[in-house]
Amino acid sequence: MSDSTAAAAHHDHHAGGFWTTYVFSTDHKMIARQFLWLGLLMMVLGGIMALMFRWQLAWPETPVWGFGWVSQDSNSMPTGIITPNFYNMLVTMHATIMVFMVVMPILVGCFGNFLIPLMIGARDMAFPVLNMLSFWAAVLGGAIMMAGFQVEGGHAASGWTGYAPLSTVEKYTGVGWGQNLWALSLFVLSLSSLMGAVNYITTVINMRTAGMTWFRMPLAVWSLFITAILSLLALPVLGSAVALMFFDRVFGTTFFNPAQGGEPLLWQHLFWYFGHPEVYILILPGMGIASDLLSVFSRKPIFGYRAMVYSMCSIAFLSWLVWGHHMFQSGMSPYLGSAFMMTTLVIAIPSAIKTFNWLGTLWGGSIRFTVPMMHALSFVILFVIGGLSGIFMASNVVDIYIHDTYFIVAHFHYVIFGGSMFAIFGGVHYWFPKMFNKHMDDALGRVHFWLTFIFFNLAFFPMHIIGVGGHMRRIYNPMQYDFLKDIQPVNVLITLGALGLGLGQIPFVFNFLGSIFRWNARWFRALAQAAAALACGLVAYRVVLVAAVGLMPKAPAGGGARTVAGLIALAVIAWVFRYLAKNMGEMGRAAAQNPWDASTLEWVAPTPAPHGNFGPALPIVQRGPYEYSVPDESADWAPQTKPLSAQAAAASH
Amino acid sequence: MMSWLPENISVEGIEIDRLFYVSYYLTAVTFILVAAAMLVFIVKYRHRPGVRAKYTHGNSTLEILWTVIPAVILLVFVLVSQNSWARLKFNPPAKPDVHVEVTGKQFNWIVRYPGPDGKFGTPDDKVLDNQLNVPVNKQVLITLKGEDVIHSFFIPQARMKQDVVPGRAIPLWFTLTKTGKFEIPCAELCGFGHSGMKGEVVVHSPENYQAWLQKTWAPPQPAPQP
Repeated sequence: MSDSTAAAAHHDHHAGGFWTTYVFSTDHKMIARQFLWLGLLMMVLGGIMALMFRWQLAWPETPVWGFGWVSQDSNSMPTGIITPNFYNMLVTMHATIMVFMVVMPILVGCFGNFLIPLMIGARDMAFPVLNMLSFWAAVLGGAIMMAGFQVEGGHAASGWTGYAPLSTVEKYTGVGWGQNLWALSLFVLSLSSLMGAVNYITTVINMRTAGMTWFRMPLAVWSLFITAILSLLALPVLGSAVALMFFDRVFGTTFFNPAQGGEPLLWQHLFWYFGHPEVYILILPGMGIASDLLSVFSRKPIFGYRAMVYSMCSIAFLSWLVWGHHMFQSGMSPYLGSAFMMTTLVIAIPSAIKTFNWLGTLWGGSIRFTVPMMHALSFVILFVIGGLSGIFMASNVVDIYIHDTYFIVAHFHYVIFGGSMFAIFGGVHYWFPKMFNKHMDDALGRVHFWLTFIFFNLAFFPMHIIGVGGHMRRIYNPMQYDFLKDIQPVNVLITLGALGLGLGQIPFVFNFLGSIFRWNARWFRALAQAAAALACGLVAYRVVLVAAVGLMPKAPAGGGARTVAGLIALAVIAWVFRYLAKNMGEMGRAAAQNPWDASTLEWVAPTPAPHGNFGPALPIVQRGPYEYSVPDESADWAPQTKPLSAQAAAASH
Repeated sequence: MMSWLPENISVEGIEIDRLFYVSYYLTAVTFILVAAAMLVFIVKYRHRPGVRAKYTHGNSTLEILWTVIPAVILLVFVLVSQNSWARLKFNPPAKPDVHVEVTGKQFNWIVRYPGPDGKFGTPDDKVLDNQLNVPVNKQVLITLKGEDVIHSFFIPQARMKQDVVPGRAIPLWFTLTKTGKFEIPCAELCGFGHSGMKGEVVVHSPENYQAWLQKTWAPPQPAPQP
């Protein structure tokens, strides 16, 4: 089918009614928006669960404010007090939801779908119907996962890593169908990811427009392409592993149960053989997005484009050889530990290259501090912290001590929240104009950014400290241990940080919904301003108190410190409220075709991008994706469809 | 950061802490350099009207340099770490001063002492729940066994951690250098009682250890339990 007939066929689809446009759409842009909504909704759920168990860790066995209604079941949270089993379920499902229902749907599902065809100049994905099925499989997987909360015995409570035989023998946790549904939902979700991966790979290989050579693809597309290859190879491993778990639990097989001759470490090998590539599935698209944003807003070509591509390829390759570093203390042969430490430190090298190239991109730039750019800059520095803290675990010797402590919790939150989530927020702000034909509000975006950045660090940085203090992860009540009693104040601090991080998302919700639906009623704007200002006041209060009494206070802050903090908080509230009242624009301001002066092809497409993306003729690519500030051109950008002068072309090689 | 480490009480811990410090200084210096460079760049190269960004696509010398330097540093780090790992993990002692068996079972550490004959499975074995008695400055070998799910035997002050896997006997050895009582939490999620699953290691002075031995095995061994 030629491109023009394909486009015509798509236009016919578009004539369909509500159902084919908004629900069972085969348009990659609509499917991307559907994935975004799914991921953001699930983020609310996963976030609330995190706040619930953070409450338990700071103030053990006290009723969680406002949660008395959840359940009177003595096994969950009677009168609002979280019980140990329920606690285990919360940590398990927080991680499962955040990994499989938030970061993957948004980074891979939403951005993968939205960006690949637009950025390579294709009219849609190679297999639009498969694409639709991929989304609805994700919904089905999510529905199965949600069903697990309703069954007797509660949802899975053996950690998101589901180590056997805790996860495979019912009597060890008392969890019945919850764990079975956990396995089933991951199986369905792995199918969904597979469908997406096949589609992305085929599309990138076959449907690049004329002139879009491999090395003219934006790094976001490269990252999503490599991610798709990883998904294609990794998800079947997860699917098989959870299938075996399901067989063990339901049909009485004994793959993992040593009492009948099974091997518990087999589960760990399967899980981490999937799990480590999965880590890169979660971060590579973030790297790609951050690279694009850094180049656009530095008004500079990306530094070392090819090195960026090759380092992503080597990360993808090496990610298959490092899974054993999750198992240094598992009882696996120590000789393997030596080998896996070697491979793990090798994978640090391409990550280092990427970091230095991002710095090189900033060097000599003309940096615009837009909201997307602030997120991209945070991505870099937080990813650096997350990458460097990984060195500790990569050393098998240091890992003996910090394995399974909060140090690792700090590490992966710096990578997955500090990295992936900041890339997501940056990407949503950046592509919102093309996605929804409107702008998100800049002032609200800035308030959300600073709240998230400050509270993120307040919540997660101290986790390094308690990790070094030996605080185990997944314990229900730290006060049961003498050696942890002294560091309990840090737990309180972390929880306050986490609560602030939760509150800090309120301006984003107002901004996202308000912009999409163009809510400009006076009460709505006032509410958004008040909520954002109040959240900022809380940050100020916390930060001042921490500055006054230190990270690990021997005693609660005195009245004087509280008064000062309160006054500063009030001043901050007033200032933020005024700032927002002055600077908040019209919600859902209409977007121009190319509001950021960016070169890549998605901005060549009209806004709103029609079904089929481009006009009657597909764009023809003449230059690389990041030709900003070309010396012999008067504007500091030009679309990829404009030929480079011979002189500039020579310089770009 | 180091001041947050609990006091170290084992010979092995010295080695582990040493590598912890190496990692700490390595990463701290790297972080400071990267953060400083980034800060300087975003201040110095912020948008100013009339100033255009440099048009450059990279610099091969720089890129080779910042590939090779981290590679060399990491290689040295690997070699240093590998030596320690080999010493700590490869060769369980053939003749330890003390040998006990610890079994992880929801939600207890079951400690089996071989008794005067030095053999397990004989009538003079003694079993104590959650109590590991060892002499100070003597090499202790523990055979870790599991009965139900995976647990993880952890003595924070000794920097010692080893998963306990049902169906396997995993050796763990260390020499504790300070007398006193220290907690042995379980570090791997093992069910609803995971939190609070903890034992205690009692490190005795030589005299106290002899006294404990005599007290425990003093009356000639009782008849085997039916």
